[in-house]
Amino acid sequence: MTDPVLSVRGLTVTLPREMDRRHAAENVSFDLQRGEILCIIGESGSGKSVTASAVMGLLPAVMKVAGGQVLYAGRDLLAMPEAARRALRGRSLSMIFQDPLSALNPLMTVGAQIDEVLAAHGWRDREKRTAKVLDLLTEIGLPDPPLLRHQYPFRLSGGQRQRVMIAIALALDPDVLIADEPTTALDVTTQAQILELIRTIQRRKGMSVMFITHDFGVVADIADRVIVMEKGLLVEQGAAAQVLTAPEHPYTRRLIAAVPRLRETDRVAELEAPVILRVEALHKTYRSRSGFLGHTRVVPAVRDVGFELRRGRTLGVVGESGSGKSSMGKVLMKLTDADGGRILLDGRDILPLTEAEFRPLRPRIQMVFQDPYASLNPRQTVGASLTVGPVAQGMVRSEARARAAAILAQVGLDPSAYDRFPHEFSGGQRQRVGIARALMFDPEVLIADEAVSALDVSIQAQILELLAQVQAVRHLAMIFITHDLRVASQICDEVLVMHKGRVVESGTPARIFRAPEQDYTRRLVAAIPGSRWDSAA
Amino acid sequence: MIRYLLSRVGQSLVLLFLVSLIGFMVLNLAPGGPLSQFALTPGMTKETLDRIAEQMGLNRPLPVQYADWLWHLVQGDWGKSFRDGRPVLTIINGHLFATLLLMGSSTLLSVVIGTWIGIRSAVRQGSAFDYIATVAAMIALSIPTFWFGLVSIFVFSLWLGWLPAGNMYTVGDGSLPDIAIHLIMPSFVLALVNVAVWSRYMRSATLDVISQDFVRTAQAKGLAPRRVLMKHIVGNAMVPMITLAGMQLPTLLGGALVTETVFTWPGMGRLFLDSLGYQDYPVVMGLLVFSAVLVLVGNLLADLLAAVVDPRIRLD
Repeated sequence: MTDPVLSVRGLTVTLPREMDRRHAAENVSFDLQRGEILCIIGESGSGKSVTASAVMGLLPAVMKVAGGQVLYAGRDLLAMPEAARRALRGRSLSMIFQDPLSALNPLMTVGAQIDEVLAAHGWRDREKRTAKVLDLLTEIGLPDPPLLRHQYPFRLSGGQRQRVMIAIALALDPDVLIADEPTTALDVTTQAQILELIRTIQRRKGMSVMFITHDFGVVADIADRVIVMEKGLLVEQGAAAQVLTAPEHPYTRRLIAAVPRLRETDRVAELEAPVILRVEALHKTYRSRSGFLGHTRVVPAVRDVGFELRRGRTLGVVGESGSGKSSMGKVLMKLTDADGGRILLDGRDILPLTEAEFRPLRPRIQMVFQDPYASLNPRQTVGASLTVGPVAQGMVRSEARARAAAILAQVGLDPSAYDRFPHEFSGGQRQRVGIARALMFDPEVLIADEAVSALDVSIQAQILELLAQVQAVRHLAMIFITHDLRVASQICDEVLVMHKGRVVESGTPARIFRAPEQDYTRRLVAAIPGSRWDSAA
Repeated sequence: MIRYLLSRVGQSLVLLFLVSLIGFMVLNLAPGGPLSQFALTPGMTKETLDRIAEQMGLNRPLPVQYADWLWHLVQGDWGKSFRDGRPVLTIINGHLFATLLLMGSSTLLSVVIGTWIGIRSAVRQGSAFDYIATVAAMIALSIPTFWFGLVSIFVFSLWLGWLPAGNMYTVGDGSLPDIAIHLIMPSFVLALVNVAVWSRYMRSATLDVISQDFVRTAQAKGLAPRRVLMKHIVGNAMVPMITLAGMQLPTLLGGALVTETVFTWPGMGRLFLDSLGYQDYPVVMGLLVFSAVLVLVGNLLADLLAAVVDPRIRLD
């Protein structure tokens, strides 16, 4: 069991001085055994990615290795001259990244990008390289390699792009593959396929994988051993089964407790609550006219969707990217036009209303967005962001101010938040601001579009709790759009499963996730990472 | 693709029409008019002036004059100079080479130098080089071209005597080395502002690319730093530069006008000023339309080239 391919000894990486802590990683030591998958798990800022980058020698310029060793094949990588290290990169140690679109050069064909790594490591014969590229594309399961190698990355789907990244990383049969959140940006079903691919190749080649993730479900699916990191420190390590079922460190326990799980039972709901929102036969088709005289591209995004939402209840809308769930949210908010159907808000059809006619109704239906940073004006204080809407709706400024203070307290923020700017807050705090902004209008319907998807699990749990609490107090109806079925099962009373614009299945979460009727839903549920661990827990 | 080209050409024709219409109106708003030069001739009478006006068609209403000019233009007849009666196209043609030579060499200079400064500033962000380049660009942008031209003449021609003060060639010579020596100062002076602009844009474009994930991927592949820089960083940073090059064309033409005047360079810019002075409307209008065509064609080529380089840009 002690045959380490890579040994990290006392690795310390310093942060630039103005940061809130001195070290991105501090005195981190671990071994990567031959032929194992080692997961490094932690929340954002835990130093897991920094550790991986330090091993690869790809730290951003502002971070410096202050001490320690990274031993590979008997040599300390950190003490090596850069040229020698470079010769190992891509050949002995490879890396794949989180976002496969931005990780590929947009101006080069995927074939050329695979070819490049071969050429960089001494493959001079062009024909041999081309043959190898075709082999690799076949090996990672991409269709029609001879055609595909001439494609540019933007033509490929997210999963295909990540496969290309894997082909680049595996081109020269490295001993170590470092995977930095390689499935985080992917849909659940694609994630499951990519995890499967990594596991298959790892077994076939006896390669060692250092897999960085924030998702315990993923850990449960592929890890042999686990390292848990918190604030730059390695707090726990051990065999996967042991860490997952009997975590020792309190931080690990907290993390595992925060992981959303598929619930066995549904929330108890009062059925007689009045219907606030009824949607009938909603249609939305995107038509992109290209140029003048250009032919039209027609993409049906929402097809014949209908549902009923009662006060105080939460409707989950789940599906993969492109399923039409976000388009539906936009149509409901009247941020974009629909092509047919009715949206009855408290009995009144809001779909035919003009922007001016709808404006007085806007406060009643509000939205919380996915990216709390991008959806707040960076040059406005939180107070200004909160009050600008209500004031525009006719609220007196002093009243808006008092209301903002009360709501900030309700979402668990300090009153001083009023005068601060968005960048001064953490991701979770910003999402609290986003929720506060929506609550300023005292809405009856709240649409949350992937509102917790960008957050760490522990923060995610807090925000979900906040939403539930706000809902209970205000008797809000909520539409919760998410790709994460576990989250949906936590918070929803009813779930719509969308696929290609249609609702394929609907029902209570326990029914949908425990006894799915449609093939598509079954595929989605089967792809949830960590499902085996889940049912065991 | 063909549809895109057709629509671009259609848009360009509309633009050209507007440019010529506005140009024509502005010209005729100016006091004096083409006849004023004859009016100063001793012994000129009202009758003679009227006769000249009649011969030149200047006694007709302005819309008729414009329509007549446009009608001839679309048939390929750009009109004749009021000054010497030569066809406008012939006159422009006589000055075209000089301007293209000046613009071409100065563009080459500004692209090469500006790109180099921009990349180096970005790669060594915050270094002394970056700092000096920033300040120098600011100075270069705030110096008027004519002033810089005059100072260069003063220093390099009068003081040092290294370079000729003006013209395109020595009378009676006109060999390639002779033209090259004459070209040095005007093309550098014209390039100065563009180097500044180009280096600033190149710096920020490079900085945008440097922090992108695919650069890290390139490093993770074990590529040599030079290849990472040239193929991955510069390759991507150049895409917006292509569009910029197209957009810089009008500035370049305007700069050429000043530079040619300062260095008595026999190009279109000087022709334009001279013709304006003589109120030689057919030549002025011809130059206006001709430069507009240059700019529009240049921009179209830039957009086509950008689409060739970046597959994500779709032209349809």
